[in-house]
Amino acid sequence: MSSTKITIHDLPKENLFTGGHTACPGCGAAILVRNAMKVFGKNTVIYTPANCLLVFGGTYPNISWKVPYHHVAFENTAVCSAGIKRALKASGKDDALVVGFAGDGGTADIGMQALSGAAERNEDILYIMYDNEAYMNTGIQRSGSTPYGAWTTTTPAGKVIKGKERFKKDVPQIMIAHNVPYVATASIAYPTDLLTKLEKAKNMKGFRYLQVYSTCPTGWRVPPEKTVEVAKKAVETGMWTLYEYENGKMTINVKPKLDENGNLAVPVRDYLKMQGRFRHMTDAQIETLQKWVNEKWKRDLALEKALQ
Amino acid sequence: MPERRLVSGNYAAAYGALRANVKFIAAFPITPQTFIVEHISEFVNDGIMKAEFMRVESEHSAISATVSAEATGVRSFTATASQGLALMHEILAIPAPLRLPIVMPVVNRTVAAPIGIWAEYNDVMPQRDLGWMMMFVEDNQEVFDMIIQGYRIAEDKRVLLPFMPNLDAFILSHTYEPVEFADQDDIDDFLPEYKAEHAHLWPDDPMAIGVFSPPEYIQEYRYQTEQAMEASKKVIKEVNDEFAKEFGRDYHGLVEEFMTDDAEAIMITLGTVTSTARKVVMDMRKEGKKVGLVKLRFLRPFPKEELRKIAEKVDAIGVYDRSISYSAGGPAFVEVRNALYGMEKPVIGYLAGLGGRDVMYSDIKLMFEKTLEAAGKGKADKEVVWVGTRGVNP
Ligand SMILES: Cc1ncc(C[n+]2csc(CCOP(=O)(O)OP(=O)(O)O)c2C)c(N)n1
Ligand code: SF4
Repeated sequence: MSSTKITIHDLPKENLFTGGHTACPGCGAAILVRNAMKVFGKNTVIYTPANCLLVFGGTYPNISWKVPYHHVAFENTAVCSAGIKRALKASGKDDALVVGFAGDGGTADIGMQALSGAAERNEDILYIMYDNEAYMNTGIQRSGSTPYGAWTTTTPAGKVIKGKERFKKDVPQIMIAHNVPYVATASIAYPTDLLTKLEKAKNMKGFRYLQVYSTCPTGWRVPPEKTVEVAKKAVETGMWTLYEYENGKMTINVKPKLDENGNLAVPVRDYLKMQGRFRHMTDAQIETLQKWVNEKWKRDLALEKALQ
Repeated sequence: MPERRLVSGNYAAAYGALRANVKFIAAFPITPQTFIVEHISEFVNDGIMKAEFMRVESEHSAISATVSAEATGVRSFTATASQGLALMHEILAIPAPLRLPIVMPVVNRTVAAPIGIWAEYNDVMPQRDLGWMMMFVEDNQEVFDMIIQGYRIAEDKRVLLPFMPNLDAFILSHTYEPVEFADQDDIDDFLPEYKAEHAHLWPDDPMAIGVFSPPEYIQEYRYQTEQAMEASKKVIKEVNDEFAKEFGRDYHGLVEEFMTDDAEAIMITLGTVTSTARKVVMDMRKEGKKVGLVKLRFLRPFPKEELRKIAEKVDAIGVYDRSISYSAGGPAFVEVRNALYGMEKPVIGYLAGLGGRDVMYSDIKLMFEKTLEAAGKGKADKEVVWVGTRGVNP
């Protein structure tokens, strides 16, 4: 799994996703998209479904995209991107890269059917889910990707039920189960890892899936200047595992610190306390989440070992 | 030499896509449209159709991919029926304002409940307000011809709207009739290659298609779409006439009249029922009854001017519907009556054949007789008449 590392210093100056967009300060999705476009270059076509990115980057007449850009609806990112790619092929423009940028709602929930279909058909597209762990565009509602315990406007911290009762859906593992050429997780706090994965995915054929941790200061109740810090802590606590799956092999790219017993060394509480969305959580809830993280980490390790 | 073969309506639709040099298809099977998907699969796998074919996982995805492919700049095709069309509804609203000239035949079938697979227009009628040109064919030759004409009309720069030919479930989709397929060279002359100048997703000429738009802009989209729909009336007639000259089949554009000139009462029909109605007219004329027929080919654009002109000539108008808009009457009836507003002529809506029930010769005769009666009296006893319904006296 060797490939040359790409750092932010390797990126061109020109923005193909320009400034002047209307994302909130500190928006992780905006950081991702701006840098990803520098990796992809001009020979790219972009699809976005309904989400924050549609609104902050694609509102007429202030379009931030300097490449062909398309939107149809919310639940069809994978199939519309595939339709574009097939049509480019039919018109002799097969060398162009087609990228779908969707949120977690557009991916883990309403877009899952089209995503699964396109993955099974091994459509030649790059699908990127920016994971801000809720439906932000409609005002912070829970998604399948929202973590346990989190406050959202549909999982309020009520007197009886506090926050989300279910755990985060593991979409990358669902994609691995489709046996596509490339599946990876990444984070805006680990730019070299992220850019290297983007470059690799850009140059591959077939269905590629990337899920990128993208802090949402507005929805998570985090100060904008803490965007990167929070994202780092997610990896350190094991809440987010950075890995890639390529040609049937899985590799964890960044291993969190472990204690002498091999357990995660940084408690999940350190991550939770940085964010208003977890403020209401009881000790019992935090313990439940810690247990889940411990198990998830063990499972990720076991999967890495199994998929060699 | 044109080739003449005995084919089903579904085959005629699939072969129409092939002969129209469609470059992209995305489709999902549903009875009674399934054979369209299967025939296209055979054409593609046998190498006689050079097109990208996405065998997608739902109709929602079929129309989504078709919209995106058309937006990318290639001639695109899909087909569906019934539940599939209903599932597409959200995306059916996309191509008209984006001015994407897709052609999509719909095999009209009941939408549940109760679930059924036979001919009814309650699939297509709820899609009327989305900016598609919608027309109803009478036989399999017309299916094939309207795929070819459909692209010519849709891709005309004065129009650039999606086009939906409707064919009755089983009565056409699964029935074999002789169909003439013109020579490919002649079709190519009539329908040149699609040049996507106004909408494409090419990296060497970037465009944003489908952007988020504030109220400052959307109303103009609506107005321009409406203007294009109005402009299509002229284009439909021009293309019809050129087609008639080239291939010898004249469908008369938006509506076809039959013995209306001296008629006292006329029926307006959609789809295959028209053939039976034509026979009824001929027989009643022999009895000295002055009846006539209008085949309402296009529901969108709606031929208001043509219908008013015809209505001038007659004393009463009956409209046949194969679906109901609850508490309002059949959709075609409601639209015709609206178009004839102020003319003070009785208009009667007839509901028959819902859920695919056969519409018999005697049913249609009854419609004519009732309409004649209204012509004599100058008024209708009932505005909406249920024909052939158990326990209901028409
Ligand atoms: C069919 C449909 N249902 C609901 C909506 C409303 N809607 C628009 S964006 C959105 C949430 C998007 O969430 P996500 O995909 O996580 O992206 P984010 O807003 O967080 O960037 C919803 C529910 C819609 N546009 N279409
Ligand atoms: S709500 Fe969140 S995801 Fe949306 S623009 Fe603001 S910071 Fe970005």
